[in-house]
Formats: sequence, C-alpha cells, structure tokens
Amino acid sequence: MATAIRINDLHKSFKSEFLRKQKPILKGISFEVEQGEIFGYLGPNGAGKTTTMKCLLGLIFPEKGDIEILGQPHLAIPAKARLGYLPENPYFYDYLTAREFLQFYSQLHLLKKSEQDVKIPDLLKKAGLQEAAGLQLRKFSKGMLQRIGLAQALLNDPDLVLLDEPLGGLDPLGRKEIRDIIVELRDAGKTVFLSSHILQDIEMICDRVAIIVEGRIVNSGRLHDLISQKILFTEVTLSGITESELHDLGESLVIPGGDILIKVYQEQNVDKVLGLAHERKARILSLVPRTQSLEDLFVGTVRPE
Amino acid sequence: MKIKAIALNTFKEAIRDRILYLLLFIAFISLIFSRLLALITVGDRIKIITDVGLASLSFFGALMAILMGTGLVYKEIDKKTIYTLLSKPIHRYQFLLGKFFGLILTLFVMLFLMSAIFIFILLLHSGQIKWGMLLAFAFIFLEMCLVTSVAMLFSCFSTPILSSIFSLSFYLIGHVSWGLETLINKMPSGIGKVLIKGIYLFIPDLENFNFKTEIVHGLPIPPQVFLYATVYGIMYTLFVLTVATLVFRHRDFI
Ligand SMILES: Nc1ncnc2c1ncn2[C@@H]1O[C@H](COP(=O)(O)OP(=O)(O)O)[C@@H](O)[C@H]1O
Ligand SMILES: [Mg+2]
Repeated sequence: MATAIRINDLHKSFKSEFLRKQKPILKGISFEVEQGEIFGYLGPNGAGKTTTMKCLLGLIFPEKGDIEILGQPHLAIPAKARLGYLPENPYFYDYLTAREFLQFYSQLHLLKKSEQDVKIPDLLKKAGLQEAAGLQLRKFSKGMLQRIGLAQALLNDPDLVLLDEPLGGLDPLGRKEIRDIIVELRDAGKTVFLSSHILQDIEMICDRVAIIVEGRIVNSGRLHDLISQKILFTEVTLSGITESELHDLGESLVIPGGDILIKVYQEQNVDKVLGLAHERKARILSLVPRTQSLEDLFVGTVRPE
Repeated sequence: MKIKAIALNTFKEAIRDRILYLLLFIAFISLIFSRLLALITVGDRIKIITDVGLASLSFFGALMAILMGTGLVYKEIDKKTIYTLLSKPIHRYQFLLGKFFGLILTLFVMLFLMSAIFIFILLLHSGQIKWGMLLAFAFIFLEMCLVTSVAMLFSCFSTPILSSIFSLSFYLIGHVSWGLETLINKMPSGIGKVLIKGIYLFIPDLENFNFKTEIVHGLPIPPQVFLYATVYGIMYTLFVLTVATLVFRHRDFI
C-alpha cells in the first residue's frame, strides 16, 4: 500500500505572548498514514493536533521536518488538488448561501459548470442540506456548518481527507451522521486522517491511531494491538442481597437506591456471584464485562502512574 | 481562472457590505454640496462645481479604497475563512491578486456610479457634457488602484485601524510631496539635494494623477504628461503588489 501522508521529524514553535521566547509546540513528530485507512490523530486539547494539520496544509511553516502528501511534497499544487480539509470549528463566508459557497470553491478546483451542476446538489443532499441550499451561511447552526464544511472538503472527490475534530460540538445524532460519512469515504477507497480529543467517537471507526501528547507521539499502531481484548473485570449489579455475603468475591459497594455493585476480577467468581444470587432469590440488574478501552490507554499515557 | 473566482467572490462580499452604501451616500451628499456651494458663490459656477466635484470624487474614491482595502486580507484571517481557502489548490499570490482585482472591480462600479451622478448634476446646471472629464475619472481610478494596493500591503501585516492610518498618511503625503520637487529645484547641489531627491523617488507623488486644474480651465494637456502619469501609476501599483506578495508568502496563519 502506498503512503498517503509521511511526516518526518516535524518541529514547530510559536512566539509566546509575554517573553520573546519561542515556545516549542511540535517536538519531532513522525508518522505515516497508509492509503485507504482511517487514521485517528488523538490527544488532549493543546497537544498540537491542529498545528500538525496546518503544517500539512502549508498554512504555517515548520522550522524543521519533511512532509509528503500522496507521494509529493506537501506544498505542491497537484498534491493539494487531491486533498480535502475540514478545519476545527469551521468558519465560512457568512454572506454566501450554501450553494454559492460550494460554487465558489468548486471554481478553485477548476470544476466545469456541468460538473458543478451534478456535484453540488449531490453533496448538499449527502450533507442533508438540500432545504438550506439558498440560505446564507450566517444563519447556519453549528451542526449545519460542520456538514457544509464536510461537503466543501469533498468537492474535488479527494483521495485524502483531513478532518480536524470533525465531531466536535455535535449532538449524538449529528456525530453518528458524520461518522457514517467517514466510514463511507473509507469504503470508497479514500484515506481519512482525523483528529480528536474525544475517544469514544473515534474508537469504533479508526484502523490505526497515533497518540500525541505535548507535541510528541507517545503511542501509535493498530487499535487491536494497542488495546488488549482481555476482559479486565466484570461489573454485576444486584438487589435483594446484602453486601457482606459478596465480600470475598470482588470489590463491592452499595450504590444509591440500596442496590449492590460488585467488580469481579476472576472469571470463576462471576459464576459464584450468579449462583449465590440464585440461592438468595436476588435480582440481577446488570452484568457487564469490561475490556480495556482506548480511553484507558489514553488516560494511561497522558498521566503515567 | 482561480484568480477570477476569488475576485468575483470578493466583489460579492463588498456589494453585500453595508459600509459601501454608506460611503456612496456620503459621496452623493458631497456632490450635492458642491452644487449648493456653486449657488452661493460669485464667479464661474460650473468651474466651482467641477472643481469641488472632482476633488470629492478623488477623496471618496481613495477613502473607499482604504477602508475596504485594509479589511481585504485581515477579514479573511480574522474570520478564519483563509484556512479552507488556502487549503485549496491555489498559490498565495493568486489569493492576493484575486482579492485585489475583486476590490478594483468594486471600486470601478462605485466610481462609475459617482461619476454618473456628477455628470448628471453638471448637465442639469450647464446643459452640456465635457468629455475631457472622462480623462479625469480615468486618472482618479488609477489613483484608487494604487491606493488599494498600498492598503492591501499594510493589511497583510497589520490591523485594519493601523493600516487605515498608514494608508491615509500615504494618501495625504502623496498629495503634498510635489512640494519636494520645488524644493529640489531651489536647492544648491550637494548631499542634501541628493538625499531629498532619493526620498522623492520613493514617496508617492499622487498629484501626477490630478488633472483638475486643466479640466476646469479647459487647458490642453500634452500627451507625454498622460503617458508619464499612466506608466507611473501602473509601475508603482505593480511594485507595491510585488512587495505584498513577498510579505504574504511565508506568513504563518495561526
Ligand atoms: N497562535 C498561537 N500562538 C501561540 N501559541 C499557540 C497558538 N495557537 C496554538 N498555540 C499553542 O499551541 C499548542 C497546540 O495547539 P493546537 O495545535 O491547537 O492543539 P490541539 O489542536 O491539539 O488542541 C497549544 O498549547 C496552544 O496553546
Ligand atoms: Mg485542535
């Protein structure tokens, strides 16, 4: 598989406000994104995700490091022509209507009028904005802006899509819609590079991830390899039984309402808890096996214990 | 093609902006004012209307160029629209030129409207149209192009308020700098003279574009004067645009 993005030893610092000193933001970032995968660029707020994307796009210039996009130097116009970008908190020309806005950008991609006439209604439909096509962008809600932002990023049918916090500030339904579109893009053979500081959203769709903390990549690889699939413990909630009876089987506590929550670490003890509950005619309210999540990994790397 | 798309979008932005209509309204008021001024003065009224009218066209044209030119690039950065725009397959100079020509187109339409009103007022008063006037309009337009490029240059690295002050100073200095020429002619040769000559070369001389007196008094204008003014305006504008491109080229948009 060819490489969609190759970043090697990227360094960037900004002037800090008070002292004239340069404050390093990216401290030697290197990673590669393969073609056809969804790559998650994860890290807490202020880690340098947006800064990396801006370097990729040539909006800012790094002090050091090489960037290649689709096998070409990243500032090359042919490389940019195969790229789509959705910025964090997208802002667009608020005096334009949705349709005018897409028309304007398709001209920058040199789309012919006949191509525009097919592409624009199609993208508006995909983004669920058919009704809003004639509405000025100033009247758009946050979710609508995110969707028109995604639409403009797809105007040129890009091979590589860069999405900066694509699910930020959306409600659960909106997040699901965008997530579905991202998976669709991958299934259509495109490469998606997305950043996020929220993990649950991303966990289920990324093929590979890199975790950035304070300007350094601290972990990267396939999600399967990073997260062990082993069951860490099982959480059982019961009622109609006293806490002291369960004491030896795991960590138990009484939760508000009088029910009992017990974390069972050994698998044979789960059977014992169930047997005991049956004997005492107690009610089992829930039983959840917990595996390691990306979140655990994330918290683990951000705050090493 | 890409430059054209950006220019047309800039034009669209300008004509959907209220400040434009405010300026147009004020310019209109001042043209009416020149008419009133003519009524209360003795002397050749048509000359007064022409004189005051052309002066206000020149001034309001420059003011429009400055107020809108200084916001051109700054607004794109401030509203963060530049992030997606520059992520498209365009060069930065194409962005700048697109913005520039977009505003030039806007200013052309504005000047056209103001001139039409002005000619209409003159026509009402004198019953005839002086076609020589068109030349004065053309040079006012050339001056507006130059002022726009200067406003845009400042706005590449500074806030609209500061850039407006700089550009306005440029405009004002540009209209008094011809005094230096007189000074040079009267000075004895020496280091001082060379120095002032050097300064005069760099600061603009916008009086080159002022043909008011000739038009008002119906004097003939030798062709080499036109030619000089045209070449001067175009070269100066190109020079400023080049500097703006260089300033803009390696700027970080954070
Ligand atoms: N314009 C700026 N000037 C100085 N520092 C900045 C600027 N923009 C961002 N930073 C700093 O750079 C760091 C990384 O920011 P960013 O890349 O936006 O993080 P992320 O996208 O991961 O949340 C932050 O610590 C932030 O404070
Ligand atoms: Mg960010």
